[in-house]
Amino acid sequence: MLRYSLKRLLQGLVTVFFIATATFFAMHSVPGDPLASDKALTERIRANLEAKYGLDQPLMTQYGIFLGNLLQGDFGISYTQENRRVNDIIREHFPVSATLGILAIAFAGLGGVLWGALTALYRNRLPDVLIMLAVILGISVPSFVFAALGQLLLVQLNGVLGFSVLPVAGWGTVAHMLVPSLVLGLGTMAYLTRLMRSSMLEIVGSDFVRTAKSKGLSARRIFTHHQLRNAILPVVTVLGPAIAAITTGGFVVEMVFAIPGLGRYFVQAVQQLDYTVIMGTTVFYGAFLVFMVIVVDLLYGWIDPRVRLE
Amino acid sequence: MAETAFTADDFRPAAVTESAQAVARPSLSYWQDAWIRLKANRRALFSLYLVIGLSLFTLVGPLIWTVDPSLQDLEQISQPPGADRDATVVAPHRPWDGAPELPLRSGLSLAASPTTQSVRLVWEPLPDAAGYRLYRNLFPAAGGQALGLPLFETFNLREPSAGEREGATPRKNQRRFEDRLDLKPRSYYYSVAALDAQGQMTGDVHRLELTVTRVITAQEAEAMGLVEDASLLNPGDRIKLRAHPLGTDYLGRDLLARLMAGARVSLFIGIAAPLLFIAFGVIYGAAAGFLGGWPDQALMRFSDFVVALPFLLFMILLRVASGVQPGESGITPMVLAMVLLSWPAAARLVRGQILQIREEGYISASRLLGGGAPYLVLRHMIPNTLGVILVTMTFAVPTAIFTEAFLSFIGMGVAPPTPSWGSMCNEGIKTMLTTPHELIFPALFISVTVLAFNLLGDGLRDALDARMRSAE
Repeated sequence: MLRYSLKRLLQGLVTVFFIATATFFAMHSVPGDPLASDKALTERIRANLEAKYGLDQPLMTQYGIFLGNLLQGDFGISYTQENRRVNDIIREHFPVSATLGILAIAFAGLGGVLWGALTALYRNRLPDVLIMLAVILGISVPSFVFAALGQLLLVQLNGVLGFSVLPVAGWGTVAHMLVPSLVLGLGTMAYLTRLMRSSMLEIVGSDFVRTAKSKGLSARRIFTHHQLRNAILPVVTVLGPAIAAITTGGFVVEMVFAIPGLGRYFVQAVQQLDYTVIMGTTVFYGAFLVFMVIVVDLLYGWIDPRVRLE
Repeated sequence: MAETAFTADDFRPAAVTESAQAVARPSLSYWQDAWIRLKANRRALFSLYLVIGLSLFTLVGPLIWTVDPSLQDLEQISQPPGADRDATVVAPHRPWDGAPELPLRSGLSLAASPTTQSVRLVWEPLPDAAGYRLYRNLFPAAGGQALGLPLFETFNLREPSAGEREGATPRKNQRRFEDRLDLKPRSYYYSVAALDAQGQMTGDVHRLELTVTRVITAQEAEAMGLVEDASLLNPGDRIKLRAHPLGTDYLGRDLLARLMAGARVSLFIGIAAPLLFIAFGVIYGAAAGFLGGWPDQALMRFSDFVVALPFLLFMILLRVASGVQPGESGITPMVLAMVLLSWPAAARLVRGQILQIREEGYISASRLLGGGAPYLVLRHMIPNTLGVILVTMTFAVPTAIFTEAFLSFIGMGVAPPTPSWGSMCNEGIKTMLTTPHELIFPALFISVTVLAFNLLGDGLRDALDARMRSAE
């Protein structure tokens, strides 16, 4: 187990190194000049700026400096915001995105398990049909449409009631977080519901459920202690991809709801071609996702000892 | 015991009449069997019809609805479907001499009937007014709220002296105004507020609510192609403006035509990208699976690395790196980026299948009969993985469409003015509160397409692959 964990971590580090390299060379192959702006620069200002951002060095030297700084956890300085360090940007905005993401995962996980279990319990009856219909919708509708609809609904609701039940956009209080995180979690929730349903149906026909029944256990106990517990296992495996989906989905939700998270910042940086911020956030997000997948894999081996980690 | 007499007749072979065990059904090939199963699945069949309908919409639609998707109809901007498109023909606009055509009422009143060409207003003096400011609003201003868009202000303490002719000096307090600013056929709420000597509002306001009617001059109608010749139209005639079955967008472009043009882009990306990356994945996976040993290890290590890259993040990165120039649509870089990042799933799947098939009896048989490696792979291995490949392909289409929509939505996808469903959503969301149809239609098309391909994928999986059959 320990050896496997170390091996996975090492592989993860190599992947992050590749992500950093790919990001660096991708950003340096962009046609155009990172210092080009509407203001004409004099030769001396230009030379000073190039020296400040290290652009006067040969490409491989720049790459070396970039990697060296990265090892020390330094992502550099923003091009568009004077003297703002990328680390500060991440430190300031990532907690917002993380809060939103954790809430969304919680919504998606709880909702998925609950709805999935319900559909299996009421198989082929009205609740099952209704929930599966909603699941199909949840899988087919893009997240930005949910975000827009969520906002529209809030506006209507606030208008009908005459006072602000939940804020339509912004960030700060728990009330601000509810709708965006629900919207962000919907797609994943639908996916998890589907997974939970098939996993539950598989388990209903298994030997240990029959044994539990023949022992005379109550239907309720069988449901909670035997079916539910075992059916949740496959759900854990897709948490890795789910985290990735919610992280990137956050870009759109943060944009629509005007949430000052790192995702919105990343999209802005991409639109403004702020190279250091793009490189910094890409490497940061990349490393985050790679290690979340590893953590979920290790977690799965710990939860379900039948899974051999090697 | 009686002697039995045998005759030659008894040794005649029995006649072959009919076999009792005739096989009743003709044998079915794998694909025939799959087709029968797919036809039995109502949901899959429904989704197949949807996919056919979408293809017709994309390919045949533009032949029937031949409106140019980039043509701007400035008379009808952000029109919802089924909006009124009647217009009355009027004479070209002439400057207003200030004479009222309608009987004036107290307060703020109309000097002529309000049209999209002009709204002519006249108002009575307010007590102690040193000047006036005219506002136009789209909503009735409730108590204390802003009066809307200030259109006109006149401010002078001095009444015209006896020597000055009316109208000769612009410095007098004019009490009329002609509004020609971007008028739309709808209700407007005008207010004129009195200003005191310091230019502050005194609180005295005249208000007027009016509904503007749509008018068009004969020359404009001819320029828009509504009539052959402007001289055929007389003022007072009623004509219909261009029809837009699904309304128009914020630039007055026909939404139906744009949805068709967008369908080409979105479906092209949604189908071309999976086709390409699955083709590449099949070649890669088949090579790895067939070669085995260290080449297999090396190839699969590399694919593991590509899988570990965060997909959307790298899509954005590659889009930035490709640097789409103005005038380019950005479709090719997007398809390329998708192919670069998405092939490993198909490669892994095919490799697994090939490893399994390699051990099958019929491969050994074929090899014994002298089949070479290319023949084995092309004739036996790849055809036997086609079912799985087709299912993967069907599920890859909605993912690709979602990716396109996501990237275009955050402005990192197809570059304007090329329409795609995702970029149309991006434009539509800005006016979501006032004209929701601009968001709803493209979003609906994305959802229906994704739904159709997902259901079709489910059906194909059930029909083609017994092992992957879903638990239902």
